[in-house]
Amino acid sequence: MPDQLLFAMEVFLNGLMAGVLYALVALGFVLIYKASGIFNYAQGVMALFAALTLVGIMEGQVPFSHLINAVFGTEIHHFGWHLPAVVAIVLTGVVMIALAWAVNRFIFRHLVGQEPIILFMATIGLAYFMEGVGDIMWGADIKKLDVGLPQGINTWIDESTYEIFGYGFFIDNLDLWATGIAAALVIALTIFSQYSKQGRALRAVADDHQAALSVGISLNYIWVLVWSIAGFVALVAGIMWGTKSGVQFSLSLIALKALPVLMLGGFTSIPGAIVGGLIIGVGEKLFEFAIGPLVGGATENWFAYVLALLFLVFRPQGLFGERIIERV
Amino acid sequence: MSLAEQVLGHERDNEDGGWITADGRQIGAVMMEMKNITLRFGGVVAIKDISFDIRKGEIRAIIGPNGAGKSSMLNVISGFYNPQEGDVFYLGEKRPKMRPYEVARQGIARTFQNIALFEGMSVLDNVMTGRLNHMKAGVLSQALWKGRAEREEIENREKVEKIIDFLEIQNIRKKPVGSLPYGLKKRVELARALAAEPSLLLLDEPMAGMNVEEKEDMSRFILDVNDEFGTTIALIEHDMGVVMDLSDRVVVMDYGKKIGDGTPDEVRNNQDVIDAYLGVAHD
Repeated sequence: MPDQLLFAMEVFLNGLMAGVLYALVALGFVLIYKASGIFNYAQGVMALFAALTLVGIMEGQVPFSHLINAVFGTEIHHFGWHLPAVVAIVLTGVVMIALAWAVNRFIFRHLVGQEPIILFMATIGLAYFMEGVGDIMWGADIKKLDVGLPQGINTWIDESTYEIFGYGFFIDNLDLWATGIAAALVIALTIFSQYSKQGRALRAVADDHQAALSVGISLNYIWVLVWSIAGFVALVAGIMWGTKSGVQFSLSLIALKALPVLMLGGFTSIPGAIVGGLIIGVGEKLFEFAIGPLVGGATENWFAYVLALLFLVFRPQGLFGERIIERV
Repeated sequence: MSLAEQVLGHERDNEDGGWITADGRQIGAVMMEMKNITLRFGGVVAIKDISFDIRKGEIRAIIGPNGAGKSSMLNVISGFYNPQEGDVFYLGEKRPKMRPYEVARQGIARTFQNIALFEGMSVLDNVMTGRLNHMKAGVLSQALWKGRAEREEIENREKVEKIIDFLEIQNIRKKPVGSLPYGLKKRVELARALAAEPSLLLLDEPMAGMNVEEKEDMSRFILDVNDEFGTTIALIEHDMGVVMDLSDRVVVMDYGKKIGDGTPDEVRNNQDVIDAYLGVAHD
């Protein structure tokens, strides 16, 4: 087999893995958008915030320590414990649920029935607020996150591909784990929304608010629930990104890649978010591989957006989105 | 003179003030009472100081010309609007200010004039949604999908299938609601409301926009529901003929005020009602 094709295959696989992470962030967007019509710009910052909190809890960092020390002249930084990852993840999950409740109680409950653009602006405000709070709470330095996921080249794939093709594929163990966990998450979410009482209520709210009220569903409860789930998805995404490249504030920018993913997949479709994420992941890696050298590289920065733009022209509802038909 | 005497012309007064209708149905005690309800939207008064009651087992109609405030009244009963003045008594107790979902959980189901269905779901799923308040298994036991949750799901499915049979929509049960014609959507909406096994069923213009045949079907279903399930029904309608045939008692509204209340015959002969409403149609 020619080397170029082998390289391309390796790039393709790595693209799929990168796409899984895009899909995870996009999934959080879709969940909230479906249930409440809110486009949550803060989804990326939620992933950052979750990762920061996770590291902080694991390392026993005292929240707001800079502020406390500045006000009281103390010198406290650490509680002096190291928690196991599982405990820290559960605690961070609790924090994300509390956040979901607070966001609904203090922001969106007061904005019921407002224009979508106002809700969107509120989420932009929320994004910067959370970024600021995350900074004051846990500090702005880049943190290492290690919850015990294996990292580094997967030797089995490396060796077996070497035997077959005479060229070993480089696939990161972390990416494999990320793919597995994301798949499990999507399956769990699907089962939850199809078969559980809460899932049925969630779908009902996503479909028609009035009708949902009339069968006894509390919209507030569902919104807190869906923001909690989105918070949990953000936590998973935060763990993956954080393990890969350290917990840093640029994480919230990566989340913007979810926008082209959603334009491809459609804003209202969970399978769309996944397929869209994979297409963007594979597309930008392959494009960089094939065309990048000709144009001086760095195509990954803009490829996704150009692809999304093309979709907007030819299929504005995305691959799986609901067709928008307006009668005049 | 007791209400029963007025209604029937002879004494059939039960202890709770109820009576037995000509076709043998038992009308019981007062289930819901609206006392001096006033509802305003800014400067507009939609409902002006209206009182009436709904008795267990009866079919109670609220009629009136367009803009009379009928739908507003139904929205007050179902908790979608909260009146500025007046009290709502349900099962003998004064009802505090409630949200629509809380009212629904008390056993009051409703349909909407403009149909509010879950368009993306199948007919079966829509009707199942009506049973949400009867599903009790927690997230954990559902996740494990054993015993109680499974039994509950089966029970709910059986009840839902019964209602689907009853309303004769078996042949469309797997179809997505969005693709159905208007008349059938109305029937699915009724099925969803019935699935909640409500003690009080509110129907907002159940026959609006239907042809004669569909109206006859719907009337039959409303009567059957009342007769077989014993469900108390309050409905809004502006098709006079239909209402007079269906209901035990009728409230007539005009410009937000109550201008008549009684049996169809009484209402038909009420001069105010004739002036406001019937006069236009029958003179």
